[in-house]
Amino acid sequence: MDQDKLNEKYNQYVQAKIPKTKNFPSLFNSFWVGGLICCIGQGLQDGLMALFPTMSLEVAGTWMLIILIVLASFLTGIGIFDRIGVFAGGGTIVPITGFSNSITSPALEFKKEGIIFGLCVKMFTVAGPVIVNGIAVSIIIGIIYLLI
Amino acid sequence: MSKKVGSHTIVFTNKPSIIGYSATAGIKEGCGNFKDYYDVILEDDLFGEKTFEHAERKIFIETIKNSISNSGLKIKDIEILVSGDLLNQIISSSFSARELGLPYLGLYGACSTMAESLAVGACLVDGKYMKNVACCTGSHFSSAERQYRFPLELGNQRPPTSQWTVTGAGCTIVSNKKSKIKIASATFGEVVDYGINDVNNMGAAMAPAASSTLVHHFVDTNTKPEDYDLIVTGDLGKLGSEILIDLMEREGYDLGNVYNDCGQMMFHDKQKSYQGASGAGCSAIVLNSYILKKMEKGEYSRVLFCATGALLSTLSSQQGDTIPGICHLVELIRSEE
Repeated sequence: MDQDKLNEKYNQYVQAKIPKTKNFPSLFNSFWVGGLICCIGQGLQDGLMALFPTMSLEVAGTWMLIILIVLASFLTGIGIFDRIGVFAGGGTIVPITGFSNSITSPALEFKKEGIIFGLCVKMFTVAGPVIVNGIAVSIIIGIIYLLI
Repeated sequence: MSKKVGSHTIVFTNKPSIIGYSATAGIKEGCGNFKDYYDVILEDDLFGEKTFEHAERKIFIETIKNSISNSGLKIKDIEILVSGDLLNQIISSSFSARELGLPYLGLYGACSTMAESLAVGACLVDGKYMKNVACCTGSHFSSAERQYRFPLELGNQRPPTSQWTVTGAGCTIVSNKKSKIKIASATFGEVVDYGINDVNNMGAAMAPAASSTLVHHFVDTNTKPEDYDLIVTGDLGKLGSEILIDLMEREGYDLGNVYNDCGQMMFHDKQKSYQGASGAGCSAIVLNSYILKKMEKGEYSRVLFCATGALLSTLSSQQGDTIPGICHLVELIRSEE
C-alpha cells in the first residue's frame, strides 16, 4: 500500500517534469502539410476528369487514391516519407498516405526474414488494427443500414 | 578475509587492471561530442552486412578484436568473454563468442550490461580464477528499433521524452597484469520499480535504480560524491539525470558538479536526439573511449561508472506491467603503482 502511494507520488512528480510537445509548431506543420496532401488529391482528381472527360467522379476518385498510395509507398521506399512524417506528424498520417506508409515500412523492414514469414506476416503490424476495426465498423453500419 | 563490504558492495583486494579497451561508434555517434575519442567510426550503418543484426554482431567482433590487440594480447590469451546485448536471446554476444572461439558467459542487464560485465569480469580476475577477461556490450539503433519500436521508415513522431539508441560497442580487457587503471570496487544493484509504465520515458523508470545503487555504494564504502572526480550514469538522458539529482538530494547527497550522464553527453543539441542517447552501447562506448582515455591521461583519478538498464520486454509492457530498472556500479581508480 505504502509503495503504491510512493509510486503515485513519483509518477506525479515525473509528469510535472516532463517536457511538453510545443503545440503551435506541431499543429501548424501538421495542418499545412495535411492540407497540401488533400489539395494534391483534389488536383489529381480534377486533372483526371479534365484529361478523360468520360470518367465519372467516383472512378476519378479511385484513381486519385491509387496514385497517392503508390506515391507514398514510393517515397517510403526511397527513405523520404519518414522525414516528412517526423516534420508533419498527423498531417501525413491521417490522409491515405499514412496508411500506405504504415504498410510499406514494415514490409521493407521485415523482408530480410523472408517473403512469407517476414514480409507477408509483418506487413500489417502497424496497419492491422486500422483494417480490422475499419471492416468491423463497416459491417455493423451495414447491418444498421439494412435494418432501417 | 571477506571482500564484501556493507550490503551490496565488493571491494577488490587484488585490484584487477584494465589493460586494453576499444570502442566502435556508428555514424550519428561519430558526429557527436566524443567523435575524437572512438577507435573506429562506421561509415555505413550496415557495416558491409546484409542485415542490422549481422552488422551489430560484426561491430561486437571487431571491437573485441581491437581491444585485445590494444592490450597487447592475442585472442587465445583471453580466458573468457563476458558479454551481453539488447537483442532477443542476446544473439550478438553469443554469435561473437562463436566466431572468436572463446569460453563465454552471456549476460542480460539491458543497458546496464557494461558495468555488469566489468563487475563479473573483475570478480573472476580478483578471485584469481582467470588472468584475462574480455567484457563487452553494445547495441545498434536499427536492430533495437525494429525489435522494441516501429519500422525505421514509418513516418511517426517521437515524444519529447524519448531517447536515441546508440549504434556501437565497447569492450574492456580486465587482467591481473599491471596497468594504470584499476577496478577498485563494484556495487551490484537491486531491481527498482517506481511504477513508471511509459516506454518512451526510460530515464524516469531507471533513475530510482541509479539512486538506490549510488546510495548503497556511498553507505557501504563510507564515501561521499565529493570523493570522486566523476560520477557517470549510463543512459538516463537529460530528464532522467535531473530526476536522479532530485532523488539523491532527498537521500541527503549532493551530486554537484562531478555528476554527468553518458546519454546526456553523447550528442550535441543539433543532433535531435530528444533526451539524449540510450542503449547498451551508450555507456559502453563512452567508457571505452572518453572516460578511460581521460583516466589514462590523469584527468580523472577516481570514477564511479554506473550503467543503468530498463528490464522490460515488449510483451511485459503490452501486458500493462510497469518498467523495472537496474543499475550496476564499478569504481575505477588510477594509480601509478
